[in-house]
Amino acid sequence: MLDQSEFAFNELRHLVTDRAIEGETMLLNMGPQHPSTHGVLRLLLELDGEVVVNCFPDIGFLHTGIEKNMEAKSYEKAAVMTDRLDYLNNLGNNLVYCMAIEKLAELDVPIRAQAIRVILTELQRIASHLVWLGTHTLDLAAISMFWYTFRERELILDINEMVSGQRMMTTYFRPGGLWRDVPVEFEDAVRDFIRIFPKRITEYEAMLNENPIFLERTKGIGVIKPEDAIHWGVTGPMLRASGVDFDLRKVDPYMGYEQYEFDVPTHTDSDTYARYLVRVEEMRQSLRIVEQALDKLPYGPVRSNNRKYVPPPRSELGTSMEAVIHHFKLWTDGFEMPEGSVYAAAESPRGVLGVYLESDGSTKPHRVHWRTPSFDNLQMLPVLAKGHLVADLVALVGTTDFVLGDIDR
Amino acid sequence: MGIEQKAGDLGAVTMRLEQAVNWARTYAMWPMLFGLACCAIEMMAGQAAKHDMSRFGMELMRATPRQSDLMIISGRVTRKMAPVLRLLYDQMPDPKWVVSMGDCASCGGIFNNYAIVQGVDEIMPVDVYVAGCPPRPEALVHGILTLHEKVRGEKIKTWA
Repeated sequence: MLDQSEFAFNELRHLVTDRAIEGETMLLNMGPQHPSTHGVLRLLLELDGEVVVNCFPDIGFLHTGIEKNMEAKSYEKAAVMTDRLDYLNNLGNNLVYCMAIEKLAELDVPIRAQAIRVILTELQRIASHLVWLGTHTLDLAAISMFWYTFRERELILDINEMVSGQRMMTTYFRPGGLWRDVPVEFEDAVRDFIRIFPKRITEYEAMLNENPIFLERTKGIGVIKPEDAIHWGVTGPMLRASGVDFDLRKVDPYMGYEQYEFDVPTHTDSDTYARYLVRVEEMRQSLRIVEQALDKLPYGPVRSNNRKYVPPPRSELGTSMEAVIHHFKLWTDGFEMPEGSVYAAAESPRGVLGVYLESDGSTKPHRVHWRTPSFDNLQMLPVLAKGHLVADLVALVGTTDFVLGDIDR
Repeated sequence: MGIEQKAGDLGAVTMRLEQAVNWARTYAMWPMLFGLACCAIEMMAGQAAKHDMSRFGMELMRATPRQSDLMIISGRVTRKMAPVLRLLYDQMPDPKWVVSMGDCASCGGIFNNYAIVQGVDEIMPVDVYVAGCPPRPEALVHGILTLHEKVRGEKIKTWA
């Protein structure tokens, strides 16, 4: 068996200060198996007593080769891979991928499909923030929050299951629309959620906003100056909690976000507590969007009528020879994309999620590159950690809200 | 319907030592608090309010391998992670069991590529495989109950 401590030290010699080599400061491994690193992140810490002198994130423990694997699959099959990237924002990943294809192929999306996409991605944003809130407070020793947030998350997963048959990995959004229309019970389920959830947010706030332990552990911890956040490429709630009003849903609306009324919550304290406030407020705003989208949910088709990209409905197969040919072509080869490259981006719960898609005119993508928010936000962590205590590092890891699947891909 | 009625006034229960030991092992099986990928979220959901795995004597998730009996491989195992997992498995004291949760851990799942270990049984013995991508919390609970069945049939000598 390899001596782990020796291994880490040699690897690090060029990174750490001279004090570490003389033995004045201590090198410590946090992870890859550590309950508060939210997955398989390894943090190498150089500690002076309990104060973090240096912190090096070591990523790649979850490198899945998704980008490479997508090149070997046809466009429609590769969509299945996208769910597994950021596994708290599955529908959001589907959405960005479909948006890229639709942009390159100039494929239309019916307005009903757009509205349902908005409803489901906003619900997914709430679910993601709920997991964040539960685990973040769990790390800060407020264990009861975990039970509350996961109770509400189940409601959203039930809606996911209702529309697609799966709780998490739905692959419900397809190029040109949705897999199929939502069932009739969908509206009632979402309305129920809209009715229940505001009270539950109030409950969370009652538990945390004035909680002296929570305040002590979050106020003034990990302050990011707005210009630093912009330089490091930080996006999402992390950026907005530093006072920068940047949300792709407002800046560059997609899927008809311009027709919904909502605020982009920002805060100027830039610390962990501000990020908590911003995310909780975001859940409220998402709920507002869901309600508006549901109120004016139009009727109509949920998939584009472009037969070169979208399979014909089952009913047509018995009567139309063309439909049979299209169906056969789409399910054996897949569709051929026009040559070119495209970048599409959307606001995920963690920030700007973008996909760069390059097509060589065949049925398989030539290259798919993901610009993931977790990866960029994580780079801020060593800067934030310097000078803080190890216990505060746990709060910082939580507040960065990264998903390892999103970082390593 | 407690043990009092069964034992009557005698105040004593007779059973084979093996049964007693296996019974105890089954109802105090502490899993390791350790998530790999997507399945870890469903494992957390299994621990949380609605599904509540503590009904099966599993309310304690231990963050250290030294204190845990059960390892739930929840997610895809990469080649970089595999040596770490094996180290963790070796650090667990006997008796120990492994549940491979989800398709990726069981057989590589949809990721048939250079980065993913094609089934965690390449690096450690697995007792129960749970299918699904990710499995529902109910499926995980079922997997754990299946493991309980298996443990009840074990011989003391197995771990001696």
